[in-house]
Amino acid sequence: MEKLAGKAWKFGDNISTDHIAPGRFFHLRTNLPELAKHVLEDADTEFASKVSAGDFVVGGRNFGLGSSREHAPQIIKLAGVGAVLAKSVARIFFRNAINVGLPVLVCDTDKIDEGDQLEVDLENGMVFDRSKDIELEFAPLPPAMVTILADGGLVEHFKKHGGLAIG
Amino acid sequence: MGLTLAEKILSAAARQDARSNEIVIVDVDVIAVQDGTGPLAIEKAKELGGKLAKPAKTILFIDHAAPSPRAELSNAHKGMRAYAKTSGAVLSDVNQGIIHQRLIESFVSPMDVVVGADSHTCMSGALGAFATGMGSTDIAIAMVSGKTWLRVPESYRINIHGQFKPGVYAKDLIIYLIGMIGADGATYKALEFGGEAVSNMGLPERLTLANMSVEAGAKAGLFASDEKTRKFLESVGRADDWCEVKPDEDGTYEKVYEIDLGTLGPMLAAPHTVDNSLKVEEAGGTKVDQVFIGSCTNGRIEDLRIAAGILKGRKVSNDTRLIVTPASRKVYMQASKEGLLSDLVEAGATITAPGCGVCVGVHGGVLGDNEICLATSNRNFKGRMGNPNASVYLASPATAAASALTGQISDPREIGA
Repeated sequence: MEKLAGKAWKFGDNISTDHIAPGRFFHLRTNLPELAKHVLEDADTEFASKVSAGDFVVGGRNFGLGSSREHAPQIIKLAGVGAVLAKSVARIFFRNAINVGLPVLVCDTDKIDEGDQLEVDLENGMVFDRSKDIELEFAPLPPAMVTILADGGLVEHFKKHGGLAIG
Repeated sequence: MGLTLAEKILSAAARQDARSNEIVIVDVDVIAVQDGTGPLAIEKAKELGGKLAKPAKTILFIDHAAPSPRAELSNAHKGMRAYAKTSGAVLSDVNQGIIHQRLIESFVSPMDVVVGADSHTCMSGALGAFATGMGSTDIAIAMVSGKTWLRVPESYRINIHGQFKPGVYAKDLIIYLIGMIGADGATYKALEFGGEAVSNMGLPERLTLANMSVEAGAKAGLFASDEKTRKFLESVGRADDWCEVKPDEDGTYEKVYEIDLGTLGPMLAAPHTVDNSLKVEEAGGTKVDQVFIGSCTNGRIEDLRIAAGILKGRKVSNDTRLIVTPASRKVYMQASKEGLLSDLVEAGATITAPGCGVCVGVHGGVLGDNEICLATSNRNFKGRMGNPNASVYLASPATAAASALTGQISDPREIGA
């Protein structure tokens, strides 16, 4: 797997799917590029215009809690974000993110500040904060999710194996 | 070693011994999507090229924007209706009600595995089914294959004892529990509710508890299927769908909590997280611009009876507004027959069509800047009711009705029914 590099955009604890893909834009769920213009708008109104391809969303505890809307990880990915880093991640968001091919890494994000230059080595489970010259280990993904991510998401996994080939 | 409810149901569905932390592929019995997640699930199912594995148990619910407030959503609904025709899936259109209420009324049976593209799918756990929310792609896989993969969750056993005091309800209990364990306190786990108070509880209360299990991060909120479950299924014309389900006595639980209802009073979840729980008196007197009674959590006939019991012959304060949304057509008609709707309307309530619109901020009841709503729904996240500059408190239907009368957060024990 490739190495990712970009800038950290820092968010707090309990960033919900309503922060990421607000309900008032419900009508844009069938128009993901348009919905992506509002990504994380209720956590940072400027985020969609500030983020660059390859950057990282860095959250605190319980990132992605709330709804099952897969549009949330979809539009984070569409905005060009390389991976989400967080201290912990809500269950449905985690599963959705892996299914759509957005890596989600659990590590001690308290050590990372907004604007830090990060590199992520997915294969070896390491985050390098180049601005601080520190290394953070992230918990390895469960094997089932490594399989799905390596296959390019759940749809590709299903097509490749002609069904679910997990466990 | 015995099995928890989660292990018992998933072992049957996987046709193998399925213990906590094992990954299993299971047959699913009921598959559900709604109009927010359905179009994407349908797109993925078409991409997978599949016919539906279980068309009669694949249900497309049009409830989040029902009836449609916008052309984009009307077009999404058109797509869902067309897909139901070509695929054989069941359509639950704008007149039918909220996905989770409809699922327990008409589709889910004890021992079922239920997957839905909606996080509150866990509500069906009240019937002794393993029910969990997933995203559109996972659901698309279930639609075409009839299967899903799951990590069998460890279980937290929640033993509930004693009786609710007057003015205190299941909603107060679940807000208290989530406040105690936190919004991520049960992430990846199953909450298994038991104890003599649960045996004595009717289905409506169990449904409220199961519904909000996801607000503690849980994968499922589970209850045994017992005589009360049988009576409920009989009441919706499905007595034959009942079977008994119970955990083994020597199952292994990661944690066990004991809760005594006798110590519990009316609770609130204050903005902007569900675990921000308070006793109602701690925020008493806070002015509310809107009160909402409805949602999959608390829009059932029993909830409307409680609200109408408090509001009948009285008037909603001129300083607030009250919106009431019956959870389904069935609930709406029953409330109509019992005269509850006229009691509520005479008191000053606005009754909306069954659906999710108010709760999720899609349409109806969108809040203005700096406004405060007291709602019986399940989430108070920033922006939840359509405006990131507004605030939402969560409470029971009794607290909501009492607060509608006064225009401020009020203790239902002080209003009297």
